[in-house]
Amino acid sequence: MSSLALSVPDLTPYLPPMIFGSLAAVVLVGAAMAALAPRIVHAAFALMACFFGVAGIYAMLGADFLALAQVIVYIGGILVLLVFGILLTGRLKGALGMEAATRAWPAILAGALLFLGLAVALEGSSFPGSTATPAAAEATTAALGRALLDPSEYLVPFELVSVLLLAALVGAAYLARRRRA
Amino acid sequence: MSLPLNAWLLLAAALFSVGVVTVLARRNAVAVLIGIELMLNAANINLVAFDRYGADGVRGQVFSVFVLAIAAAEAAVALAIILAVFDSRDRIDVDTIDSLKG
Repeated sequence: MSSLALSVPDLTPYLPPMIFGSLAAVVLVGAAMAALAPRIVHAAFALMACFFGVAGIYAMLGADFLALAQVIVYIGGILVLLVFGILLTGRLKGALGMEAATRAWPAILAGALLFLGLAVALEGSSFPGSTATPAAAEATTAALGRALLDPSEYLVPFELVSVLLLAALVGAAYLARRRRA
Repeated sequence: MSLPLNAWLLLAAALFSVGVVTVLARRNAVAVLIGIELMLNAANINLVAFDRYGADGVRGQVFSVFVLAIAAAEAAVALAIILAVFDSRDRIDVDTIDSLKG
């Protein structure tokens, strides 16, 4: 009699793990390709997929400002810088940064051991102060902005970081100038 | 069915390990930089996850913003150094750049 209700199970509780699983797959596959792709240009594009996945992870964690900042700063800024670096140094060996991955296996072994160690440590540890089920996510952009510009909170570090960024950019422009022309 | 904190931390640990693999396996200096960016992203995921599961305002996200700014500065300076090295040596293979002088 209630065959219709039975045939449509409620999938809502399974949505977060499914979304998390797909995002984690995007992040880890992108990162693995960035680590091991034979051509450095392919690695850069895999890195873009990985950064988008991390932005999705931030969105899932309720960090809306950071998700957008991830896309703008990492993909729009750092990744473009990396591609510039690849293209400006890519006239080596004819191909664009083609390299033999001779040391891949020891490195993969070291990474796997590190991950195993971290996983074992995580399983055996508890984090006091953390809740098992967080409250419903709210937009945190306003709270973040207030915390960053409040003199009793993070105003001084915030201004120091802007000075650091300016110094780094001036230093980068100085370092990258042409010496022999 | 809500996700446990450890799910995010395990993802971050895996991403960090892949970053370490990149730094160890690659010889191109730009690719080594890619590995460092992966590790910074993993650290950021940890910060945001602890922020979400803790009850301490937006402190974790503030730290993430700082990491983001430092990562931008670091990438700019590192690429400038790589370009300068390439300009004087015609190579950016981290195995062969081993002289301190000249």
